[in-house]
Amino acid sequence: MNKLIISPAPHIHSGDSISKNMYAVLLALVPAYLVGLYFFGIGAFVVSITAVLSCIIFEFLIQKFIFKTTTTIHDGSAMLTGLLLAFNLPSNLPIWIIIIGALVAIGIGKMSFGGLGNNPFNPALVGRVFLLISFPVQMTTWPKPIPFNTSYLDAETAATPLAMIKYNFGNLPEKMDLLIGNMGGSIGEVSAIALILGGIYLLIKRVITWHIPVSMLVTTFLFTGILHLINPSLYVSPDIHLLTGGLLLGAIFMATDYATSPMNTVAQLVYGIGIGLITVTIRLFGAYPEGVSFAILIMNGVTPLLNLYVKPKRFGAPKTKKN
Amino acid sequence: MKTFTFGGIHTADMKLSAGKKIQIVPIPSEVIIPLEQHIGAPTNPVVAVGETVKVGQLIGKAVGFISANIHSSVSGKVTKIDTVIDAWGYKRPAVYIAVEGDEWMENIDKKDVVRKEITTKREDIIQKIADAGIVGLGGACFPTHVKLSPPPNTKAELLLINAVECEPYLTCDHQLMLEKAEEIIVGIQILMTVLQVNKAIIGIENNKKDAISLLQQITSSYSTIEVCPLAMCYPQGGEKQLIEAITKKQVPSGQLPINIGIVVQNVATTYAIYEAVQKNKPLIERVITVTGKKVAKPGNFLVRIGTPLRVPLDMAGGMPEDTGKIIGGGPMMGRAFMNADVPVTKRSAGLLVMPTLESARKEMQNCIRCAKCVTACPMGLEPYLLMSQAEKSMWKEMEETYITDCIECGCCLFSCPSNRPLLDYLRMGKSTVLEQIRNRVQKVN
Amino acid sequence: MNTIFLSLVVLGTIGLLAAIILYVVSQKFKVEENPIIDEVEAALPSANCGGCGFPGCRGFAVACSEATDLSNLFCPVGGNDTMKTVAHIVGLSVVETKPKIAVLKCNGTCEHRPRTNQYDGAKSCKIIHNLYIGETACHYGCLGGGDCEVACAFDALHINPVTGIPEIDEEKCTACGACVKACPKLLLELRFKGPKGKRIYVACSNKEKGGIAKKACEVACIGCSKCFKVCPHDAIIIENNLAYIIDDKCRLCTKCVDECPTGSIQKLNFPIKKKEVAEQAQA
Repeated sequence: MNKLIISPAPHIHSGDSISKNMYAVLLALVPAYLVGLYFFGIGAFVVSITAVLSCIIFEFLIQKFIFKTTTTIHDGSAMLTGLLLAFNLPSNLPIWIIIIGALVAIGIGKMSFGGLGNNPFNPALVGRVFLLISFPVQMTTWPKPIPFNTSYLDAETAATPLAMIKYNFGNLPEKMDLLIGNMGGSIGEVSAIALILGGIYLLIKRVITWHIPVSMLVTTFLFTGILHLINPSLYVSPDIHLLTGGLLLGAIFMATDYATSPMNTVAQLVYGIGIGLITVTIRLFGAYPEGVSFAILIMNGVTPLLNLYVKPKRFGAPKTKKN
Repeated sequence: MKTFTFGGIHTADMKLSAGKKIQIVPIPSEVIIPLEQHIGAPTNPVVAVGETVKVGQLIGKAVGFISANIHSSVSGKVTKIDTVIDAWGYKRPAVYIAVEGDEWMENIDKKDVVRKEITTKREDIIQKIADAGIVGLGGACFPTHVKLSPPPNTKAELLLINAVECEPYLTCDHQLMLEKAEEIIVGIQILMTVLQVNKAIIGIENNKKDAISLLQQITSSYSTIEVCPLAMCYPQGGEKQLIEAITKKQVPSGQLPINIGIVVQNVATTYAIYEAVQKNKPLIERVITVTGKKVAKPGNFLVRIGTPLRVPLDMAGGMPEDTGKIIGGGPMMGRAFMNADVPVTKRSAGLLVMPTLESARKEMQNCIRCAKCVTACPMGLEPYLLMSQAEKSMWKEMEETYITDCIECGCCLFSCPSNRPLLDYLRMGKSTVLEQIRNRVQKVN
Repeated sequence: MNTIFLSLVVLGTIGLLAAIILYVVSQKFKVEENPIIDEVEAALPSANCGGCGFPGCRGFAVACSEATDLSNLFCPVGGNDTMKTVAHIVGLSVVETKPKIAVLKCNGTCEHRPRTNQYDGAKSCKIIHNLYIGETACHYGCLGGGDCEVACAFDALHINPVTGIPEIDEEKCTACGACVKACPKLLLELRFKGPKGKRIYVACSNKEKGGIAKKACEVACIGCSKCFKVCPHDAIIIENNLAYIIDDKCRLCTKCVDECPTGSIQKLNFPIKKKEVAEQAQA
């Protein structure tokens, strides 16, 4: 007979694993990706493939030759970082810029802190914001959404709805177009419906909980709503804010990133509210037309503090004395 | 349907032996009865080598208040009083008895008739329970007479009967309820008399529908006993979780259920109490579940204490070829055994044989801070944090993060996608912190 | 030009203000301390291992500066040289102590001690110890979980993956005693390093009777008392079926090593005898 295995309890496991979670998120991103492919055509394909491949290759190289450990590219997290990075890029971005973004995302955003789980900031957003600051022109010229577009670098450009609002030009797309994603913008952020579909899938699969997305969206809605009520001519209605500028992509896929979000539900609510407030502040009063990336990164920085000071409710904790 | 509100997990039910009649395991030719089968001080042997004992005769006398008597489960001759190697390789004192016939003590009522009338006086009941060596059969093995003697300034108001059996695989309590329902109700009445409460609630998880309807049918004629079906969720069988599920009251951190006027007793313990009080029968046998995916005939067995575990295992079809792990108890809180040649004790609720493939844990990966352990923890703790504190021997910080609240249910490890040994470290940290607290208290006194 | 001037003024003012605040604060909250403490601390190895029994080198330095006699104070890491310097600083006479080293009182390698089961849980001796007796049938021996390796601040202890038990690096071990405290089975002991590192010890802690011990591990001490009888210096005691060599009395004659039937007595750093060389050549 084989030697018996002895281990402390429990002896069964849910079967959950890192790669299962990562691939579930990737699957949830598929609808938004398909919409991106439809509206931005060949450019979206080139950008996303470049981003994903370079993220995987960079992670492999760093783990193999710098850390000299076993590589973990099969767990899907590098692929996810790459795809999320691509979702935040315009589809007419030159390949060399994408590769730089991937290097920053994986090398600085993730690996310099010790790899998966140790990164304080969302790697894809680190890469994205780095590119946004370094190449502001290329990063803010979005191609016009044309179904099955075959042009890549020379695509006709269009402004995002938020830029139109910010700088007061052009006609805003119809609500229906905003929902489907028929507007200028980054590859993955345009289609609200596809992103919500993915979000519902993640909620059902229990990969994410509702706390962060809902608190973030509600905060944004309320904040912009109040401002809209005060001065409708200056501030557009809150539903436009919800549907544009990658807010849904950020709320469902970026802010809920495991490693960079707080560890308990109360802190997660605070975190979501914080992101919502900062996003609206940047959008309406800041220099950039959209601020989800910055808002998430800022709240990523606050996460350790939230973990330290906002503790989960304990079973049977003594009630605080009312004086 | 009611359930507790904090954390919890949903496990695969895997009640393979559900509905299997309790089989009586034949008496082996030799039994080995360990002298410590409970929490508290080990007992003193009161028989000598060569002495003839009867079924139910006292062989180990309790030392101190928190201890429980141990009785012979067979009749025969004491061959030696020596040590036996327990399932974890340690030596424990034990009495070896060579079986001769099956002669019972005269005062034990062997008739299979339910005796409903409670004639024993209240003061005598606790003494009888203590004499019979009854311990909590839910797993902790805490002496029952201690639990039934509330500390001063506390008064029990409600009795909860824990018939949840939330551990996957185990079915012994379920089957006991189906076959001995009348007796259990009498046991509950005895407990109510002792505790002087006029309300008792039986908590049962919803996967035991037949037991729920049977007990509801019986209790319909009693106004004071109520059956409360509960939605399935592990660890509902935990004392604090059960109390919250049924009464919505939370036992304050660091306190006992009696502090909020509640006493919880396991259903198997209740049956043992019935036998002890009404039939003068000490705790000499118990029902155990022998189960496992590869076990040929999983079932429930009534075993005399001291019988080698291999005997019921053989009755269930023997040890399967593909055995990776033997677990005493359920898969969530049971302990892995080094071999199956150990005697059955009051502690053993089940024997679970797991195939090799399922036995080994998967490789541990980085913590990805997914917070699933925090969500799953039924006590509202932060297992990820406690584990890293334990790894770094930060005992003081662990105490401040309330490690002492941990009930060691295993939900954190069960739900961790990185397969991190959270509970291993938590358990180690908890025992270290408790030891430090004890030392501190001793110093002050 | 104006810009440069202005920034110079602004930065200069901020710097000056900060300096003034710093000075005032440091004067206001000055802590008067014996300057000897700093001197002693500088002489110490600053490993903060706690081997001296004080919380860190600073604590030891405070104790030294307040002591009237250095006989109870010893820095195991720095050894006699450091203690000489410390004694010089505090103006007391030094007490010579023989250097020590950690030894593992178990030789239950994978080869000698067959595994009876497979442990699969968190790799920590404490956790294994709380759970059960370990992977072998000997419940006194090394668990191989590596708690000592983690505890060692000097990188002197490493679990050998082949043998499964820790090996002690003689060069690096400072006898701070951190591993002794970390081992739940109390297998590590600080013993005299001996002249040129020569030392003899019983590499076993099994208190079982001979047969059981031998069954669990080939190189177990079976408590046969042969070493006890052969020892000319009364340096060996037998207690609970286990031999123990008293450090102070042992004269390193190696008679016990030759006598031991199981080979549980270890000698280290002895020159190889001619007879053994010949035997090895034959083999």
